[in-house]
Amino acid sequence: MQLIILGLNHKTAPIEIRERLAFQESEMEKALSQVRSLPSLKENMILSTCNRVEIYAISREPEKAIRELQNFLSRYHELPLKEFEKSLYLLIGEEAVRHIFQVASSLDSMVVGEPQILGQIKSAYSMATESRTSGIILHRLLHRAFHVAKRVRTETRIGDSAVSVSSVSVELAERIFGSLEQRVVLLIGAGEMCELAARHLVAGGVEKILVTNRTYDRAVTLAQEIKGEPIRFEEMALGLKRADIVISATDSSQHLIRHDPIVKVMKERKQKPIFFIDIADPRDVEPGVGDIENVYLYNIDDLQKVANENMKDREKEARKAEAIVQEEVTKFVHWHQSLEITPTIIALKKKFEEIRKREFEKMISFHPHLSEKERQSLEALTSAIVNKILHDPLTRLKQKDEEAMSDVYLDALRTLFQLPDLTAEERMKED
Amino acid sequence: MNVYFFTFAALFYFLAVLAYLSYIISLKKIVSNIGLALASIGFASHTLCLLTRYVEAGYTPVTNLHESLSFFAWTIIAIFLIANLRYKIRVLGAFLTAIALILMLFAFALPKEILPLAPVLRSFWHPFHVTFAFLGNAIFTLAFCCGVMYLIQEHQLKSKKMGTVAKRLPSLKALDDLNYRALTFGFPLLTLGIITGSVWAEYAWGRYWGWDPKETWSLITWFLYAAMLHQRLTVGWRGRKAAIMAIVGFVSVLFTFLGVTLLLPGLHTYSNW
Repeated sequence: MQLIILGLNHKTAPIEIRERLAFQESEMEKALSQVRSLPSLKENMILSTCNRVEIYAISREPEKAIRELQNFLSRYHELPLKEFEKSLYLLIGEEAVRHIFQVASSLDSMVVGEPQILGQIKSAYSMATESRTSGIILHRLLHRAFHVAKRVRTETRIGDSAVSVSSVSVELAERIFGSLEQRVVLLIGAGEMCELAARHLVAGGVEKILVTNRTYDRAVTLAQEIKGEPIRFEEMALGLKRADIVISATDSSQHLIRHDPIVKVMKERKQKPIFFIDIADPRDVEPGVGDIENVYLYNIDDLQKVANENMKDREKEARKAEAIVQEEVTKFVHWHQSLEITPTIIALKKKFEEIRKREFEKMISFHPHLSEKERQSLEALTSAIVNKILHDPLTRLKQKDEEAMSDVYLDALRTLFQLPDLTAEERMKED
Repeated sequence: MNVYFFTFAALFYFLAVLAYLSYIISLKKIVSNIGLALASIGFASHTLCLLTRYVEAGYTPVTNLHESLSFFAWTIIAIFLIANLRYKIRVLGAFLTAIALILMLFAFALPKEILPLAPVLRSFWHPFHVTFAFLGNAIFTLAFCCGVMYLIQEHQLKSKKMGTVAKRLPSLKALDDLNYRALTFGFPLLTLGIITGSVWAEYAWGRYWGWDPKETWSLITWFLYAAMLHQRLTVGWRGRKAAIMAIVGFVSVLFTFLGVTLLLPGLHTYSNW
């Protein structure tokens, strides 16, 4: 029984191919049931996000399963295998376990440490559960993956610091104003950059957005789109008086915001703090503005620098996270190996025999007068009882046609009789 | 009896300081909650200490330097616990419990015997005077901590650092708001402290105001905070200026409380330490 992952992600495939191979959420049920009907697969789950498409499957015949899955992808998406075969990666067994743990803890993401992926895996898993395509191994695997992700999040600082220019801006604004709520934002310029920043801030919960632009019409258009308020360019000072956060991104060749007028504005504002984010190149805000009391000025390079420093921290934390992943992979692989029939039978017999022996010796010590012959027959009797009890379950377990259910039986046996993972012992022998 | 409670309180303040320091390192909320619990236990014991001393002495125990330091520490923790209900600034705990602990250690080193009350202190107004004055002082201590944190955080932001220090401090707005709130509560208390003090002076020495060093310095402190409030409301002295003023004001508070007592002889000088 092997875990197989067949997939592609932002590192191996261009966006065009990822788009072609993505599964829509509405069709997921259909896709899952098609995969289930493939003869060599036992369990499966499909993870489809904008950065990756991965099929997780459990099979006894990995090679056959891989071929079936490849053909399925090609058939389902109506794309010849040749066109995407090179973008596919294939992971089996321990490598596959490591991969899903890394994905879940966001170590394999485009932006390492971004938290969305865990939610996406959770919903992929719940869809597989609803469609009844996940079984005991995937259940266990996914629950371990969630556990690993949680450990990585709490034991490392991987998601702690902002690593993009926009999230750094938001974090700085929060450091100054506590939160974005009730804050007024002034956008200078109505270009793409401003629009992007505006959407980010609206999502962050700002109270109001003022838009000003040299061409008033464009300010009006953008203001309508983001439910803001347009301001004429000549009246920018009014906007500066009201705003807490000013984002400037014009293509002006000279500074629009200068030191002396801002000193005046600050007086009118009664020194209420103001945060300038200058994402224009060349700069819109005179650098000296940042020296004024209660004025905070960050330009795009400053923001990028903070983001890069945080990114380095993240990479350091990612190495800690890899150690956690490795630890958990080992644990999972041990559990998985214990689902083999023979070691389970050995462990079960051993446990019964130990109990028998212990009880037998206890009885003997209470009755020292028993003769050697009597002892022998008692020993034979207890052994016979144990063997008779074990006979039915063990025969059942070894039957070929019960193979489909064997994982469930084995896991139940191990849980009910609290059998130790044999592999730990086996490893000791190997050492 | 009161000395046992006192020691117990000091011990718990010490543990609270340790908890808050490890909170600053680990940033785990649970650790700061432990700190809060330890400080609360210390505070309860400290309250018992003051009560038993009141019973044992038969007067409000704020008559010598040991008692004053201890009472000052008690008001600081009281203000911290009250502020904590409204403002969840966890780092503040580290500053305030540490200051309270230092005061407790000084108080511990001083003579702790209960002595007969000097006649001038035997007044209806005396307990009111010290309670108002020390509550005001404790609130100004809180403002001082906010001021220090504000200056550090502001420096981090201006120098474009977003490292470990900045992450551990509250936002500028939270600090400035609390500083202002402290001023609006502390200033009336200081004013009441001075008024009740002068009423008491009338009973004790037959005059409301005598330009004794303590009186002079408390007036200077009062003017500092009055100026701070005025500037804030009219021209908007907030942020950096307000933080610096909170620190200057606190230095003046400390000098009025300790400097005058130890350096400038006058009527307020404690006779027995």
